[in-house]
Amino acid sequence: MMKNKILPFLVIIIFGIVFFIFYKSLEDSKIYTPDVNTKKEVPVFNTKEFFSGENLKSSSIFELDKVYLLNIWSSWCVPCRQEHPLLMNLNSENKVNIIGMNYKDNLKNAENFLIELGNPYKEILIDLDGTLAIEWGAYGVPESFLIYNNEIIKKYVGPLNQGLVDEINLLIK
Amino acid sequence: MKLLRFFLIVILLFPLNSLNAVENNKRNEITKNLRCLICQGQSVYDSDSEFANSLKIVVDKKLQEGLSEHQIYEYFKTKYGEWILYDPSLNKNTYILWLLPILIFLIGGAIIYKSFIVKK
Repeated sequence: MMKNKILPFLVIIIFGIVFFIFYKSLEDSKIYTPDVNTKKEVPVFNTKEFFSGENLKSSSIFELDKVYLLNIWSSWCVPCRQEHPLLMNLNSENKVNIIGMNYKDNLKNAENFLIELGNPYKEILIDLDGTLAIEWGAYGVPESFLIYNNEIIKKYVGPLNQGLVDEINLLIK
Repeated sequence: MKLLRFFLIVILLFPLNSLNAVENNKRNEITKNLRCLICQGQSVYDSDSEFANSLKIVVDKKLQEGLSEHQIYEYFKTKYGEWILYDPSLNKNTYILWLLPILIFLIGGAIIYKSFIVKK
């Protein structure tokens, strides 16, 4: 007879636990926030240079002991337009080498974009079908990677703002 | 002569077509198990976003390189983390997820056994 009393209790407790888990997870954010602090090596890839159309190897772009900022951009991307003056400023301070990655763009439009807003990039890689961005673990445009010693130190998803630029300046000191 | 030509065309077309279909099936199968990270509640297969379209091309490329399904999942896991897979593997973060249904099933079975079979 004892057993018959334990069973309903057990059921209530299990339901309680399940309810608690579901209730707790209601408060969690459903929007995916990527892990931005993981240190990863720079991927190995081959691509073409934007202006010359020459083949480029990843190993020839990133030298050790130098800080790089890889910025994924596109002429059709509106937030890229907003962050572009910040990149121009960052480039004029000469503390970091900015590498551009032109994402799924019409090359003519991209060139016009640079003529209109200036070119902060030391080198620009072409990513016509977006597969190079996948190689970097990127989500879309704009996105920036801070690189030192062939390692991705920090990843910025979305447009840069003054606060983030200050953070970059702190990190590369 | 016409018939011969017709058969020739059929014979030439058929194997190529079916090969392509096999590869597409494989690609669809894989992309259905990849989460489109920038969409809400969609797989890469369902989505038509820039991110998902690029991912589909990468899956095609990897298949052409001869990578197995498992190797492709591993590749995306190193790039984007476990979250990109719809079918999470068993580890210390996911063991509740895997064991809870089995536990509930066993408890349910025990209840049925107690109340129906033992009573007789």
